[in-house]
Amino acid sequence: MTEAPTNTASSMLSLTDPRVVRAIELIWREAALLDAKEYEDWQALYAEDGIYVIPIDRAAESFDDVLNMVYDDARMRQLRVARMTEGYAIAAVDAATTVRNVSRFVLASVSDQEVALKAGQILVAYKRGRHDLWAGDVDYVVRLGATPYEDRLVRKVVRLIDADDAVPAAGFLL
Amino acid sequence: MATEFTAETIYDLPPSDLVLPDRVAGRMYTDPAIFELEMTKIFERTWVWVAHESELPRGGSFKSTFVGRQPVIVTKDRKGNIHTMVNRCRHRGASLCEKRSGHVNGFTCPYHAWSYGLDGQLRGIPYPDAYEGVMDKSALSLKKLRTESYGGMIFATFNEDAGPLEDFLGDVRLWIDRFMAQGGGYPIKVIGTHRFKFKGNWKIQLENTTDGYHFPIVHRSWMASVDAETAEMMSFMTDPTALTHDLGNGHSVMQMVPEHSDLNDDDGSEPLQPRFDGLAAELKAQGLNDAAIRKLVRAVHGTGFNLNLFPNVSMSSSFFRVLRPVSVDETHIEHVALGPDGPAEIVDPVNRTRLRAHEHFQGPFGFGTPDDSEGWDRVQRGAQGAPEMPIMVNRGLAREKASPEGWPTSHVTDETGMRAAYDQWKQMMSDD
Repeated sequence: MTEAPTNTASSMLSLTDPRVVRAIELIWREAALLDAKEYEDWQALYAEDGIYVIPIDRAAESFDDVLNMVYDDARMRQLRVARMTEGYAIAAVDAATTVRNVSRFVLASVSDQEVALKAGQILVAYKRGRHDLWAGDVDYVVRLGATPYEDRLVRKVVRLIDADDAVPAAGFLL
Repeated sequence: MATEFTAETIYDLPPSDLVLPDRVAGRMYTDPAIFELEMTKIFERTWVWVAHESELPRGGSFKSTFVGRQPVIVTKDRKGNIHTMVNRCRHRGASLCEKRSGHVNGFTCPYHAWSYGLDGQLRGIPYPDAYEGVMDKSALSLKKLRTESYGGMIFATFNEDAGPLEDFLGDVRLWIDRFMAQGGGYPIKVIGTHRFKFKGNWKIQLENTTDGYHFPIVHRSWMASVDAETAEMMSFMTDPTALTHDLGNGHSVMQMVPEHSDLNDDDGSEPLQPRFDGLAAELKAQGLNDAAIRKLVRAVHGTGFNLNLFPNVSMSSSFFRVLRPVSVDETHIEHVALGPDGPAEIVDPVNRTRLRAHEHFQGPFGFGTPDDSEGWDRVQRGAQGAPEMPIMVNRGLAREKASPEGWPTSHVTDETGMRAAYDQWKQMMSDD
């Protein structure tokens, strides 16, 4: 049974709930892998039916009929990881160094099968004397496996605060 | 006229001397004084693309954008007339509209509530008695630009004396007509816009859309990620029929996939790409016949050319690439995705396919754009060095010949289009 908080804004995140802690650990692991640019390991954190999205419309909930910055299913994630790692993409070869923090977690729903969280992410990307700031809300849905090692992301949506404005072209992932 | 650039003279030469037939001065990318001149002599003098007609679907529709650095609003009034106006209240200069697009009855300044109609006429002033005997309201319309369109492409200019848009476009009109054929029997509409910025001069982007030479090198990563048919389609490096034409007035067309230059010219021999089998089946289920399906599916990649219009828009295969100069070393770019406009059950599946293809290459996280941007960033950084050393635009100069239409023509990997743009730049920068 899913226990959905009645009021998202005031819902208390229970750090004593092991299901929530597992989800947050997975999210932090994902963030560390992205900053380390360990894309093969990053990809393995996603469920086969998982989606990774950076929409242009911050409010979008469905992505099929609109233009997005990223809208990756498993096939596109595989292609993207190949691009980021194979050495042909000059933007990825000379990518900015990034450090990100994911926090301000709000619990959207929790069950023994799935945890949905909303978070804030602040990322600083440094390249050739410039620091670019990438801030956004992030929606996560984590599917809990039999053990924490089998927990997988089924949905990550990065809603940049400047999503419909001009952002730099990036050689890394959010 | 200078025949070479030297370290002693490079900063003394007038802008018109910075373009030679086969090279241009790197100073054109880096000198803020040249950028200031470009804004007045080019962007405030010539026709600048501001919108596609599908972005203004009905009376009351508006779009806010820029002509050079100046903010403008493009509107459609209730009679269907299109207006372009400086986005600035006549009272104290506040911007009237900070929304990118929408539907309104008019514009009211948030500062003192002066209100304007869709045609820019000043309609209302709060507490107007203090203006009695001071000014005539009818003289305080928004500043308007001349606005004309061709083939759904809307352009505006600050120059009251500019020739008609159709004269400025000239032979480009044929290629605009061909570009619009990618609706596959339907008109074209804007289906989404990517926006990104790079730290470099606007002309680096202008050159890029007519640069076939960089494609297999910079876009090797994208080529490796697409199906074999698409990669083959874009293998134009050694195709002698892949040509670039100088169309005059700084415009050029680069035909990467000449067999798709005129999508209406289809002898039926080219097989549809197997990756679109699912889309074709969806369209068949909607009752479309094979000919109609073929027309839509064959056009999913867009046309086989990039049509580069001086100074700010390229009609590039399946999308528009629009540049906005921000400063000498910053440019904002829009990649405007396009698709057919028709009954949802038919165009939605087509447009989903087109949206996914657009996302694959374009935008700040596409498989193509970030690599382009890295290349351009390097040009801006590198061009700071040895200012007397030229930027070479001489590729293919010796094999450039007139086409039967009279267009200077060379191979698609040659720099004919850049030379065309810089000829126009030189001419406009020389004008008093």
